[in-house]
Amino acid sequence: MQLTNRSKNVVNKKMSFAERIYLVAIAKGMWITLKHFFRKNNTYNYPDTQRTYAPVYRGWHVLKRDANGAERCTACGLCAVACPAEAITMTAAERERGEEKLYREEKYAAVYEINMLRCIFCGLCEEACPKEAIFLTDRIVPSDYVRQGFIFGKDMLVEGVEPEKRVDVSVRQKHIQEKKQAAAAAQ
Amino acid sequence: MDFYIFLTLAVISVITALLMVFARNPVHSVLYLILTFFAIAGQYVMLNAQFLAVVHIIVYAGAIMVLFLFVLMLLNLNKDSEPQKSNLWKISGAITSGMLLVVMVGALRNQIQLPAAAEYQPDRGLPAVLGRMLFDSEFVVPFEITGILFLAAMVGAVLVGKREIKV
Amino acid sequence: MSLFLLFDWALAIEKIILVSVVFAITLGVAAYSTWGERKVAAFMQDRMGPSRAGWGGILQPIADGVKMFTKEDFMPNQAERWLYILAPGAFMFVAAMTSAVIPWGTELTIFDKPVTLQVADLNIGILYIMGFVSLGVYGIMMGGWASNNKYSLYGAIRASSQMISYELAMGLSVIAVVMMTGTLSLKEMAIQQPGINWNIWYQPLGFLIFFVCALAECNRAPFDLAECETELIGGYHTEYSSMKLGFFLFAEYINMFVSSAVISTVYFGGYNFPGIDPGWLYGFAGPLVLFAKIFFFIFVFMWIRWTLPRFRYDQLMHLGWKSLIPLAILNMLLTGLGVLLFSK
Repeated sequence: MQLTNRSKNVVNKKMSFAERIYLVAIAKGMWITLKHFFRKNNTYNYPDTQRTYAPVYRGWHVLKRDANGAERCTACGLCAVACPAEAITMTAAERERGEEKLYREEKYAAVYEINMLRCIFCGLCEEACPKEAIFLTDRIVPSDYVRQGFIFGKDMLVEGVEPEKRVDVSVRQKHIQEKKQAAAAAQ
Repeated sequence: MDFYIFLTLAVISVITALLMVFARNPVHSVLYLILTFFAIAGQYVMLNAQFLAVVHIIVYAGAIMVLFLFVLMLLNLNKDSEPQKSNLWKISGAITSGMLLVVMVGALRNQIQLPAAAEYQPDRGLPAVLGRMLFDSEFVVPFEITGILFLAAMVGAVLVGKREIKV
Repeated sequence: MSLFLLFDWALAIEKIILVSVVFAITLGVAAYSTWGERKVAAFMQDRMGPSRAGWGGILQPIADGVKMFTKEDFMPNQAERWLYILAPGAFMFVAAMTSAVIPWGTELTIFDKPVTLQVADLNIGILYIMGFVSLGVYGIMMGGWASNNKYSLYGAIRASSQMISYELAMGLSVIAVVMMTGTLSLKEMAIQQPGINWNIWYQPLGFLIFFVCALAECNRAPFDLAECETELIGGYHTEYSSMKLGFFLFAEYINMFVSSAVISTVYFGGYNFPGIDPGWLYGFAGPLVLFAKIFFFIFVFMWIRWTLPRFRYDQLMHLGWKSLIPLAILNMLLTGLGVLLFSK
């Protein structure tokens, strides 16, 4: 059975004299390399210039804060339920008096861990989140020497309070909203 | 200055030749022999026979010695694997080579006549003069006969190489 | 009575300067050939090549040199100590000696004194080059044997048999040129090819044979069986590191430079070029033209390396003994016929 139309029957025929001196074949090969020599290559000088990421790119997660700098996550656990790889674990805690600046709602995640070795970066957590607290960004998860180093706690996930430490997820956010609207329209 | 260069080359050639004989490792022997060839080629250059010098290097140092080295490396002879020869062998070898030396000295003693100074032609070793001598005047017949000899040797070598296929 | 009596101090100083300049240029070209090789390889594979050290990686050879010098100088426990040290030096020495007889140009007039741009006009120039090329294999053989490693030994043995085989065809193709020009001196050969009246038009087959043999003698791909990475892990220089390895690799580039120079001189008119009649410009433009030709051939060497796959060993021997040598003899016969018919 023929699987592709590119298969070629190999024939062990005797080569003619012109083929046996190989000069034509060599000239052909050299012509190919010469063409490549003058072709513009599409290499990126990686650390200097970087490719733009597609809006669908899913990397290192971020836990967002709201405009006042309070964490949006309420430790509802929907992301952990949605996670097919069971990479997310969390411990909820109640907000004390005087912590209104830190946490937006009465309940918050005291511990929030994502095991980056388990995570498959599917993005179901951000779709499940009712508070728009978790997003996947275009940052690449750095490598490490020990497995323990890949369990990212809140120190690695929550964005900073200062404006320059905020992680911009507007493109991703828009993308998810469009996706959700499309899903709703389909129903 | 000429004399000192001659002396240096002569000393080098004698020492390396001796080292070649006395070296325990055959590969070292071959390398010393190559040095000897270089010293001798230097002597040729001193006699203004550059063609001979270069041909000496190409043929002996460049081809024959490479083959020697090739074979020795394949055999991988060294001090450990060299068979110990008994004293009888050593004595008989010394006697044989001593006799050869006596015969050669006896035969050549009266034959060697150094050319007189006037007879020496400085341009004799140049390729043009050499070529004219070999192809034009003095040595045509011996040269052609040598050529035939080489041809015969070549045919023989090809036959030896082909033997397995034919029979 | 001999060359050494005629000692002329002015000439000696002139020659010493010339030798130093030629040596420096040889080393410089060889150093930048390493950069060029990587750039050529990169472009042919749609990559960038070295680009971090200096503009376009132009300082890469210096960085490589620093790396080579500062790396650990390793020596195997069971190696033949002196031969192991001697081998890279011998290889380098032989490679650098070859450039002595190349005529780099006609005469230059510096301070009202004519200066010949050739270190030594030997009347056996081309034979001198053949001789030193044939000695090049000793460095490889000594290195391969002294390393006391079976892969190195294989590399050495392959190199030696390959050198011997291809020297024959090379010599035979050179003989055809010698028959045509009637001289062994490279300077004479260059003088006999004025304008564009180059030997290549009379010796196309001879040039092809010579070029293939030059590739083989330089141990360049597709004839790099002595060091092929996939089978012998580097061949004769498997056990070498640091600057000793650097010498081996560097000498290969010197060999490439010198063989390009010889090819340009013997078949492509050396410093001759068509167009301008001999004037004051000629003395300066000649060497530049020669170097343009040399760089072109170095590029061709690299181009071939990054195009053609390596030969199998039996194919190599087959090509050398059963194709190139008969072809070279045929070329010799044809040249003899041509000389007989047309030279009168």
